[in-house]
Formats: sequence, structure tokens, C-alpha cells
Amino acid sequence: MSASHDHGHPLTFSGEIRQETGVIINKCYQCGKCSAGCPLAEEMDYPPSLVMRMLQTGDEVNRDHVLKSMSIWLCLNCEMCLTRCPMEIDIPSLMDNLRQRSLKAKKVNPQAKKIIAFHQSFLDSIRYTGRLYEVGLVVDYKMRTFDLMQDVAIAPKMLIKGKLNPMPDLIKGRKKVAAIMRRTQKNKEGKL
Amino acid sequence: MKIGLYPGCSLKGGSTEYQDSVAALAKAFDIELVEIPDWNCCGATAAHNLDRELSLSLPARIMALAEREGLTDIVVPCAACYNRLSVTKHELAEDPALREKISSILNLKYEGTTHILNIIQFIDKFIADKLEAKVVNPFNYKTACYYGCLLVRPHSVLQFDRVEDPQSMDNLVKLAGGNVIDWAFKTECCGAGLSISRTDTVARLSGKIIKDAVDREAEVMVVACPMCHSNLDMRRPQINKYLNENIDMPVLYISQVLGLAIGIDAKTLGLNRHMTAVNLKEKPIGDSLAASQSTGAETQKMEA
Amino acid sequence: MSRIGVFVCHCGENISATVDCEKVARTSGELKGVEFSTDFKYMCSDPGQTLMKNAIREHKLDGVVVASCSPRMHEPTFRKACAEAGLNPYMCEMANIREHCSWVHPKGDQTTEKAEDLVRVLVEKVKKNKSLNAIKVPVTKTAVVIGGGIAGIQSALDIANCGHKVIMVEKQPSIGGHMSQLSETFPTLDCSQCILTPRMVEVAQHPNITLYTYAEVVGVDGYIGNFKVKIRKKSKSIDENICTGCGLCTTKCPQKKIPNEFERGLGNRTAIYVPFPQAVPNKPVIDREHCTYYIKGKCKVCEIVCPAKAIRFDQEDEVIEVEAGAIVMATGFDVLKPDFFPEYGYGKYKDVIDGLQFERLASASGPTGGEIRRPSDGQVPKKIVFVACAGSRDPAKGIEYCSKICCMYTAKHAMLYKHKVHDGIPYVFYMDIRAGGKMYEEFVRRAIVEDETQYIRGRVSTIYEKNGKLIVKGADTLMGAQPVEIEADMVVLATAGVSNQGAEELAQTAHISYDAYKFFAEAHPKLKPVETNTAGIFLAGACQAPKDIPESVAAASGAAVKVAALFSNDELTREPLIAVVNRQAPPVFSSCVGCFLCESVCPYQAIEHEEIKNRNGEIIKTIARVNDGLCQGCGTCVALCRTKAIDIQGYSNQQVYTEVMALLND
Repeated sequence: MSASHDHGHPLTFSGEIRQETGVIINKCYQCGKCSAGCPLAEEMDYPPSLVMRMLQTGDEVNRDHVLKSMSIWLCLNCEMCLTRCPMEIDIPSLMDNLRQRSLKAKKVNPQAKKIIAFHQSFLDSIRYTGRLYEVGLVVDYKMRTFDLMQDVAIAPKMLIKGKLNPMPDLIKGRKKVAAIMRRTQKNKEGKL
Repeated sequence: MKIGLYPGCSLKGGSTEYQDSVAALAKAFDIELVEIPDWNCCGATAAHNLDRELSLSLPARIMALAEREGLTDIVVPCAACYNRLSVTKHELAEDPALREKISSILNLKYEGTTHILNIIQFIDKFIADKLEAKVVNPFNYKTACYYGCLLVRPHSVLQFDRVEDPQSMDNLVKLAGGNVIDWAFKTECCGAGLSISRTDTVARLSGKIIKDAVDREAEVMVVACPMCHSNLDMRRPQINKYLNENIDMPVLYISQVLGLAIGIDAKTLGLNRHMTAVNLKEKPIGDSLAASQSTGAETQKMEA
Repeated sequence: MSRIGVFVCHCGENISATVDCEKVARTSGELKGVEFSTDFKYMCSDPGQTLMKNAIREHKLDGVVVASCSPRMHEPTFRKACAEAGLNPYMCEMANIREHCSWVHPKGDQTTEKAEDLVRVLVEKVKKNKSLNAIKVPVTKTAVVIGGGIAGIQSALDIANCGHKVIMVEKQPSIGGHMSQLSETFPTLDCSQCILTPRMVEVAQHPNITLYTYAEVVGVDGYIGNFKVKIRKKSKSIDENICTGCGLCTTKCPQKKIPNEFERGLGNRTAIYVPFPQAVPNKPVIDREHCTYYIKGKCKVCEIVCPAKAIRFDQEDEVIEVEAGAIVMATGFDVLKPDFFPEYGYGKYKDVIDGLQFERLASASGPTGGEIRRPSDGQVPKKIVFVACAGSRDPAKGIEYCSKICCMYTAKHAMLYKHKVHDGIPYVFYMDIRAGGKMYEEFVRRAIVEDETQYIRGRVSTIYEKNGKLIVKGADTLMGAQPVEIEADMVVLATAGVSNQGAEELAQTAHISYDAYKFFAEAHPKLKPVETNTAGIFLAGACQAPKDIPESVAAASGAAVKVAALFSNDELTREPLIAVVNRQAPPVFSSCVGCFLCESVCPYQAIEHEEIKNRNGEIIKTIARVNDGLCQGCGTCVALCRTKAIDIQGYSNQQVYTEVMALLND
């Protein structure tokens, strides 16, 4: 029995999606309004309505393509799709879920490396200081991506204008923040 | 009057001018902003992209700290932080089991009683009715108000203004004597967190926004989010490259606009810290746009 | 002593497969008061019925219990058979041993025992039955048709041609409805007014039809065959009998800038006006809200120039009451305004219009003389975008259903545009194409193939204006959801068809049901599409649900035949299973004390006040009386009556109590 014909049974894919995000995949009638208004659609390999269709088919191969796509990493959660969707399908939440699944299944599109590197550098910074340390973030990012020339040109101007804090802002509770991050990582095991 | 303040990482880092202008504005209206002690980063885009529980825990900690301090109203000038806090509050309110779980992760008591205000709501609630009386320098420029995504969406959670053609920022600019324009990209995404990893995308998205405003003869763009500001201001060279033009229209924060209108000087408001120079033509008070276009109008340069 | 006959049906195997019918017949035969008991394979068949009739005559039965299927199936059958055998039909009851027994239990002794119990219960009830007679109600052979659009017109003509009187009430100054606003109709591309106006004239000239325009129904009382309808004739400020319809007044009126409702705001009219040149009746009315005389007390130019001296400024509204036997609701539908979707501009872009406005542009008698021109600057649009489903099929912004006619009229609009603007390019953004009628699919293919309309499957996310053009952002889902952006000169939104203004109030006035969308409710969605749950009131056309012209006409004729059927008798027969207030000998007259609690809860307004008078004409007391034409026998009043003065015939308190006791006393 293909997943798209289930009735929200918890063990099938669409049932899981429904439980984790509230999205009922079959509600989408492929009107395309989300893709029409998505600012990133022209750059995506699969615009949002096409992602919905691929999940609707319940086909493993299509699901695989989605998890390996660039679409899920280009999506900015700007919420334009949800705002205009006539069925009020929470596509941004679905995208978050697909991203997390993609990471867990280690199916991340190689071209999305930089985007994920940025997110990971961001979280690394917080783990260390409790707040974002922008210089640290950029250094971490460059080490992850080897994109050493990124933004080198504007760095001096930013420094002069006082937009770069040379020292991190260490909060008192930074160990507590690190603990929070550890606990959520642990919870993730075997869940997604 | 004491209001809690959650500045968020940007206001302390790359967007200190926003922090300073908000502080100056609050001071001018006798409002004491109390920074939530030992606040942490809200997690922004990175957290909700990678880990749902983390994306809820970080904002929940912030609100738990605010509750502990007895701060019932908090102003969150950064639209992204405002959005994350509001969404977290909403989701934890809807799901008691989830709330329990997050509380145990935090090891802190979380009640969900904080009132979260974005910068516009803050101004509307505490400043707007006294504003007009204090205006000494009407902000008499053709202004494009840019709201971005996260101030007004998702409407079901934020319940703020309206999703299509919002007017709340426009109304404040009008109170300050501004001449707001109707334009089409008020709530189109600027490219958000892809600033570093996909600068080309930001150039395209922010470029479209700048272009539409300039086509409609806007002289200034006004924002309420440090990320939008960064994309529209700091990334201007990339935008201009994408558009093959040389657009120098400045981007100001709403707090800076109101600050200027009530006579706070440009330096206190941090206008000299913008990457795109803020060169606003000086206009006689109460003059129309036509008069200011005549030659011989003095320009007041803000030194970069 | 009763002489009751029990007939146990096998219903083929439906009952006998699980119930031992012979045993049930045997045990029932031993009950006190049962004179005759038997079982048979198919009681409802001819031989079965003959068996029953013979038994009634032979054994002089004074009561019958048929143990078989549900009364909803065959109660009329068996009661008719009893009547034919000379037994009052209301002495016949049915024990449901099929739906309530054999179909829901497995084969076994307990099932048979239950069937025996059910028969025993009904036998005890029948002992308490009384002979009842059907109620006869007179019929007024006049129909009131509310609404003068194509559906109302069709219905009125059909009923009138059957020889009955019709009163048509239309709230606009002219009949014709939305069909008169259309330019051409699908799928034939007939000129709409050309096929409509002959009917309109026929209505006006028909000897059996009385036409009231600029009038509204403000009250409906009574019941089927005997309605009393109050009509408010709004004052036209004209003496219709004298006015010749020359139209001079409309050319001289100084108030020229009133947005014309007929043109959907695309053109203007004067304060004294005829809605359109082919109006029936072709006599003007004065719009008092915009007339200088009524606002400021000055002007009166029309009165000065009128050659027939027909202007009557002091004329007042007149409320009349008419008697009717049936009412046909034909009030039509309305179209959502373009500001329904904020992402399409909040109604602020002049060149974003709705389908009905496009009809006016395309119409030869419209504000642009049939030329497609932009409302903003009068230019001819070279690129026009039609947005289908702009409001329909959209749970998020309110209208969940499909409005049915838009796919067809959008194709029509694209074709009309292309026929008028040869070098123009029409685009249609659609989700599906619904073209189910006769010649409909071929019509749409014609638009795509012959008239080269660009059909793009996908919805439009947003429309905004830039440099005088409308930027339409949509997507092509058949091309992998590729975003599509079109710089259009004009956009036409196929907005949803919704219930007409005032529909809810009218439904409440007429005491008929309506659904969540304020469309009038049909009695059964499949089998009774033109009837309502209120006896005597019928539905015709789009007031029931969005529909196109052929369907509206068909429904109208359907409603007309229901009316004609009603009028084919001078009297109506009703089932006597209704409530009755008891009467006793003086000085009590009735145990009813006149508290009228029953009146306040009766859903059918069937309780009347009856004055009991002495011989001097003085009122002794006022008690309740049930209107036997309206009462539906629901029993709400019986449950509430404090003195047990009201009861249902055939289902009296005593009868029901007897059934319960019979069940308990095994």
C-alpha cells in the first residue's frame, strides 16, 4: 500500500509528516500558487508545489530526490507560500522537517554544503559563547568551506564602522546554553 | 516606564546603530529599556533549520529569563528574533506536552506569559500618540517602507498588521512627516540568512526590492530588521553589480527615522555607521517634493 | 374485543433467514385480541396484498399489524390495501422486524423472540388506535414567483401557460436579472439580450401574470395552498399608468454621475433612470438616495419636462397582501467583488475587474459600446490575463465550493476578446477545466485551438501595478511549477458566485432553510432539487446553488410543474398524524389553559389562538388550536404541554405508553 493512500497511520511517511508537522500532504491540489510566489522558485531544482507532488506520489525514489534536493536548503522560510496557499498547508514547517530528515539520512545535496556550513558555524558560535560571535562565525565558516576570500573585501570597512566585535560576548549562562544544545542533540537519536 | 529589551545578537554586533537609535528614541520618551539579563541567542534560522527542539529551547530560555525578571512586556527590535520568540510562544502554548519537554531541557520554569512586541508595536503602544507633538524636523522624504517577511508572517501566529500591503510602518513614517509611496515589494524576502553562503541570491532578491523602490522614485528605504538592513545596505555593491546600476539610496531603521524627526542628531542615531552612505537632501520644513528638486538645494553629507 | 390480523412477511429471505417467521405468526395468533395470524413470502406483492384484503373481509378484522420492513418502505402500500378492503387505513400498523431485527442480529432463538416482542408491542398499540380521516385543505391557484431573472421568468411563463395566475415580484426596476447583463452566452455565443428580451416581453404581456417591479416580499404567512404574501412596492415616484416611457426625463436629469449598478460601476446613470434600454417595464424610477429633490428639496426638472405629467414626488411605498397557493424562489446569485483577494490589489487597481464587468465591456449596449477597453485610460489591452478560481475552491479565503460556470465563461471571454482584438493575446491561469455540459468541452477546445488562448495551469500568487502595466506572477505546474510572469494590460478575475444579497433575510421571512453559504436548501440533494422542506415553496435557478442558464431554465420548469401539480386539485390531502388540542364539555371546554408554551416552540408556526365564547359573545378563555395545514406532527408541543391538553393523533401519549408497557410485560 503506497504511503499516499494511507489515512495518517503513524507508521507511514505521510502519517509521520502529519504527526510531526501537522501537514496533510493530500490536501494539496497542485494549484502552484506557492511556486508562483516563492522568491527562490526560479533557483530551486524542485519548486515547492513540485516537492509536494513528489511527496504525494508516495514513491521512494521521489522522496529520495526531495531529501537530496537544493530546494529544501534554498527555502528561506519566508512564509509567502503558507500565506497564499488556499489550503493553508504549512510548507515552511514541512521544509524544516525535510531538512532535518535530510541531515539525519546523510542525503544532503553537495551544493548545499556552504549553506549548512553557515548554519553549523552559527550554532557552534552559540555553543561556545551563548551569543553569536560574528568574527568567530566567519572564521569557522571559512574553515568549513575553504571559502577564504568570502567578504575579505568589506572586512576593513566593517571594522572601521564598528560592526565587528573583536572579542566574543561571553554570557554567564553559556554552559547552560551548551547543555541545552547537548540535550536536544541527544533527544534526536533514533527519532527523526 | 520600564520595558524589557531583547536586543538579539545583531544589535550587539553588526547593527549597533539600530540598538543605539532604539535606546535614544526610548530615552526621548522617558522609557527605560531593561535588557534581559544574560540573554542568549534565539537560534535564528540555523536552529529551526537543523533542530526543532533546539529552535524552541533557545527562545524559551529567553522568555523564561524575562519572566524571572518580572518583565511582562519586552520589545524585540530584530524582526527575526521577534518571529522566533512569537512562534515559540505560540507552539508551546498549543502543546502542553511539548512545553513540559522544553521546560525540562531548559531546567527553567517557563510560563509563556511574556508579551512580545516588535519595534513597531512598541512605538505604537508607548510613543506614537506623543510623537507628532515632538516632531521638529519632519522626515519629508519619499519613503519606501520595507517590512520583510518575518514581521507580518505567519499572520495566524503574529496577528500583526496585515500580510498584503501592510501599513503600520507607513503610518509611523507619516506621523513623522514622511511621504510614503505605494510599492510592490513591501513583504518580499530580501534573502535572509543566505547573506554569506549565497550572496548571489541575496543580490538578486534584495536587488529587486531596491529596484522597485527606486523606480517609484523613493529617496529612502525604511526597515525594522537588522538582517534586512544588512542585505539592503551592506550588500549594496553586489546589488548594484546585479542591477548594473549605481543606486545610492540609503536604508534607515524606523527608529532612526523617528529619531531624526524629533531632532536627535545623526551621530547618536548611528547613521555614520551604515555601509551605504546616508545622504539626505536637506529640505525646508513643510516643503513639497517639487521644490526640493530645484537646483541650489543644499545637501547635508553624513561623513562616512 | 379487538379483532386484529397479524401478517408476518418473509421478505424473500431477508427476514426468514434469521427469524423463524412461522413461529412468530403462531405465537402472535395466541395473543389476546388477535383474530387472524399468518405468514407469507412477500406481503407487499399483489398476492400478499390480496391475502390481507381477503382476511380483513372474511374475518371482519378491525385492526392490522404487518410484521415486515420499515414503515418508510411500505406503510402507504399496506394502508392503501386496508382502505380498499374497507378498513380505516390508520388502523394498520407495521412492526419492523427487518431493519430493526432480522438485518441486525444473527440467526437464533433470541432473534425470533425479539420479532415476537415487536409484534406484540404493535398489537397492543393497534388496540388503542382510532379511525382517522385525511385532512383536506383548500388551494388558492395563484403562484408568487420571487425574482425576475431567467429562472423566475421561465417558471412564471410555465405556470401561467398552465392556466394559473402568477404574481412576479422583482426588486430591481426591471426584470431580466444577470442574464440581461451578459454579452453573449456559452456555448452558442447567442446574444444574451436577444434571446432573453422576448421572454421578458411575454411576461409583461401575459394575461395571467401580474408583474411588480421595484418591489420586495416582506412577509410570508400561511401554509401550502394558503399563503398570504406581503409585498412592499417601493415608490418609483412615477405614475406608471400615465408614464409613456418616452425617456425624456432621463436625458434632462442634472445628476449624471451615479455609478450604474447594471454596468457594475463601469458607467454612470442619472438619478431618474431606466436600468438598461431593453428594460421591462420600460419606465423609469427615481433613486431617492441620489436625487437632488429628495436630498436638498430643489430641482424637479423631470417634472417640468415630462410631457405626460407622470412624476409623483410624494408617492409612498405601498404594502399589499396577496393570497397564493405556492411560492417559487428565483432570486438568483451575486458575484464576489474583486477586493476579495488582497494579493490582487485590494480592489485598488482599476484594470483588475471581475467577469461580470468584462461582460459589460463586451456588450454592445455597455459603457464602451462593446469595445474592450481599460477602465483606467480607455486604451485597448493587448495582453489580457484571465484568472480562474479567483475566490472559488479556496478554503483559506472563504469559498470552498466550485462556482461551476467560471471555466466556461472564462473561455467565452477569451474568445470574445480575441474576436474583438485580433492582435491581442489572452492568457488564462486555471487549475482545472470544468466543461461538463452539452457542447461545453468542444467550446473550450475552440478557445484554445482556434482562438489561440494561452492556457497556463497554475494559480496567480500576486498582481501589482508598475508603469501602467499589471505584473501577474503565476506558475506553470505542467512545466514543473515554473514561475511565469506576465506584464498584462488588464486582468479579469473569475470571482466566485455567491448567494444574492438579502438571501438570508428572505429565507427567514419565507421560513425556508438555507445552507452555510446562504444558498436556499433543497429538500433532497439528489431527488428533490426544486423543492424545499417547507411545503408549497419551490426553488428555481441559482438561488439554490451556482448554475448556468440551461440548468436554471430546467430547474425553473421543474418547479413550475410542481406548482401545477399542486394546483391540479382543488383541495389538498394531508396525513392526519398531527397534533390536536383536546376539547371537553362545558364549562371546561378544554384542559388547555392557554399558556401557549406550545406556540413558542412550534417550528412550523402551527399553533393558533382560539377564542371560546359564550352565547353572549363574551370570551370565556383563549386556548390553543392546531392549524391542520401546517402541523407536521413533530410532537415538541406534546412534550411541553403542562396539562397534557395536546396530543398527536395516531401517536398519542396513551398509545406510546401502551407500547412501552407491552415491551416490559413479557
